Amino acid sequence: MISAERSQSQSPRSPAAAGAPFLTISVTDPVKMGTGVQSYISYRVITKTNLPEFEGQEKIVIRRYSDFEWLHDRLAEKYKGIFIPPLPEKNAVEKFRFSKEFIEMRCQALDLFVNRIASHPELKQTEDFRIFLQADEEKMDRARSYETGIFKKPSDFLQMFKDVQSKVSDVVLGKEKPVEESTPEYEKLKNYIFELENHLAEAQKQAFRLVKRHRELGQSLADFGKAIKLLGACEGDSLEKVFSEVGSKSEMLSVKLQREADNLLFHFEEPLKDYVRSVQSIKATMVDRANAFRQHFDLDQERKYKELNLEKLKFMNPEKFSETEVEFRELKADSEEATKRFEHIVAVMEEELARFQEQKTADIGLAFHEFAKGQAKLAKDIADAWRSVLPKLEACSTS
Amino acid sequence: MMSSTALPELAAGDGDGYMTLSLAAATTASEYASVASTFDPLLSASPASPPTHAAFSLSPASSSFVDPPSYADVAASSSPHYASGSSSASPRSTRAAGSEYAFIAVSDPAPEAEPAATSLVPGSTPTYISYLVTSVRRGEQRRHAVRRRFRDFVTLADRLAEAFRGHFVPPRPDKNTVESQVMQRDEFVAQRRAALERYLCRLSEHPAIGPSDELRIFLQAEGKMPLPSSTDVASRMLDGAARLPRQLLGEETVSAPHDVVQPAKGGRDLLRIFKELKQSLVSDWAGVKPPVVEEDMEFLEKKQKLQDWEQQLTSASQQAEALVKAQQDMGETMGTLGLALIKLTKFETEEAMYGSQRIRAADSKRIATAAVKASRACRDLNTQTVKYLDTLHEHLGIMLSVHTAFNDRASALLTVQTLMSDLASLQSRIEKLEAAASKIFGGDRSRLRKVEELRETIRATEDAKCSALREYERIKVTTMLHAFC
Repeated sequence: MISAERSQSQSPRSPAAAGAPFLTISVTDPVKMGTGVQSYISYRVITKTNLPEFEGQEKIVIRRYSDFEWLHDRLAEKYKGIFIPPLPEKNAVEKFRFSKEFIEMRCQALDLFVNRIASHPELKQTEDFRIFLQADEEKMDRARSYETGIFKKPSDFLQMFKDVQSKVSDVVLGKEKPVEESTPEYEKLKNYIFELENHLAEAQKQAFRLVKRHRELGQSLADFGKAIKLLGACEGDSLEKVFSEVGSKSEMLSVKLQREADNLLFHFEEPLKDYVRSVQSIKATMVDRANAFRQHFDLDQERKYKELNLEKLKFMNPEKFSETEVEFRELKADSEEATKRFEHIVAVMEEELARFQEQKTADIGLAFHEFAKGQAKLAKDIADAWRSVLPKLEACSTS
Repeated sequence: MMSSTALPELAAGDGDGYMTLSLAAATTASEYASVASTFDPLLSASPASPPTHAAFSLSPASSSFVDPPSYADVAASSSPHYASGSSSASPRSTRAAGSEYAFIAVSDPAPEAEPAATSLVPGSTPTYISYLVTSVRRGEQRRHAVRRRFRDFVTLADRLAEAFRGHFVPPRPDKNTVESQVMQRDEFVAQRRAALERYLCRLSEHPAIGPSDELRIFLQAEGKMPLPSSTDVASRMLDGAARLPRQLLGEETVSAPHDVVQPAKGGRDLLRIFKELKQSLVSDWAGVKPPVVEEDMEFLEKKQKLQDWEQQLTSASQQAEALVKAQQDMGETMGTLGLALIKLTKFETEEAMYGSQRIRAADSKRIATAAVKASRACRDLNTQTVKYLDTLHEHLGIMLSVHTAFNDRASALLTVQTLMSDLASLQSRIEKLEAAASKIFGGDRSRLRKVEELRETIRATEDAKCSALREYERIKVTTMLHAFC
């Protein structure tokens, strides 16, 4: 599904069905802003659409990394159960922060992030997404600092308080281990996700090392080429010519190797890294699910307990009963809500998982394809280069 | 530029190296090509349900370079001389036309007991390894086979170094006693055997040494090694020290003509060593121009060129080694990547809950296999390349003999210079004595006798000088001829 409208974006999957409604987004043009400690990178986000919810055919806004982060966090808060597309790492080490490769890769990853949201049936319709794509920079700044401050919504406070409460009561009552959902399928899924992350991280590590090796080999070939040329110059006559050619081929191959190293980095190692990030995002959702489960479970237990008490109270203390009954009804409502929330997450996760697997197959398949293509081409180039020099060398040796 | 055999060897050796490189690369290309051609997700219709990823059509763009040449093409173009991967155990037929011996082999290393050794521990006598050396001289039928030990090779090398001053005498394999302790016995012996064989072949190919008696005796004389063995430095020093008093007292002042043909260093004549050292200092420090100098501009030019060549060769060989290492690392990492992907594959296959996972697993398995195969190809490539690196190192070894030859020339020159300054000082003494004697009436018998003696000495020294000069000229000619044919 390749969009015909894509300009400079490197994302392989932006959605564009042929025909009426379309939404195309690209993140491009990273520019360093500011100086010194306060410098940052700004990106241009271009939205082209004919959907009615959006203002106009085309909109261009400037965004920085924290804006993407804001969007990610908002979606993660509100849409529990959905695997929110992952963000690239914030910034590895200060000194690497502005290396050309790092910036390019980050730009690519941000583009992917935005487009994945745009192709998710639920996420693409969210208000937050529209704000991100369209709000002018001032409004965006305000929204961002509002959210990322210590200031949190009142309901969050209440929730945190309840969590602490239940934790305390657990400890006091002797139930130290938090109750966990433990159906056999979910167990299997948990194990799968955790192990998958390990395997992927290992593969990604090796891929990264492979990139480094390509660069080293490229450097070696360049040095070798130079040395052989110098040696040829000492020899003179026909040997000099041949050696000079060998040296040139060597240097040419060195360039190809450097290029392949870049190719590997962007089209093989980065997709693997992205895969790892996606799995981590799933883990985050699993944490949400666990929290939801615990809430549902605790409230459910409480309700059962209170229900029993209520029965007793009915006969023993009728006045207290009506008070308590009101409380009980509230509790029951809360409990049902918690249960609904939990079940919603479970259902959503199911769908998400299926979608995730599909998408991953395609993504990784593409990455493998690129890898194989790159290596095959490189190997062929190397073989050709050396083969072309062979007859000349042989002519020299028999003379 | 050098001897006609040496460099084409290098070129052809490199040629083989490149052929193997291309072979390995071709293998790799075919591995990856087979993976690339089996699917192309870019062209797939949007996957509505996971499991229907059948074979995909190959996009025309990517098929342009996925057909690797067949093995047959590459193998057929191999040069006739070198079957790839020629085993090191096979005897080397001496390659150059005009080499003296059609066939030389070193084989069958066997331990033998030291003849005159007594051991403290009964039942274990110190042993050494002896090798069977077989040879056939060109034009003859008779095949000679003698047993020689490493010490005999050392002796041969020393005799040759003496007899062929000025020639580029190929260097013998090292004694390296450290390595012999560290390495496994068998490996070390095998390595040494191969090195000795190569050494003898190079000797046989040498235009002057090949037909020499020393080599012939070494290869053909049965029984114990007949060439006189070199004595060690200590005993030489002792001999020299014994003579020194006599020399100082004036009894043996003149080196015999046959002695001056050998370099002073390493000989027994300590006085001569001191004299020549003094002479070299005079030439260097006092800036006094000695009567005979290295005047040959052509020689100096060519010497400089050779030095440049050596420098480049060293640097090229270093880069080649770095290249091999980089390639090795690449192969290794490719292998570990393949393994990591295989683990991923296994895991996905076992835990698969969705059809798409199985497809992914199949893909990553193919990639993993390809990666592992590529890694192996890389390793093979490197074993081949390392062999050709050896050729580079052999050439560097030859530079060693070149330096020795140049040193021979320089020391011969020094001998001549020393003798000439001796002559000059003797002459002036005579003049002084004659002047003094003429002042005394009736002559001074003792002085006159002294003058006579001095004249004798002068004559002897003149002889020595002539012979040294001759030697020097000969070396000059040899080094020029040798290096620059």
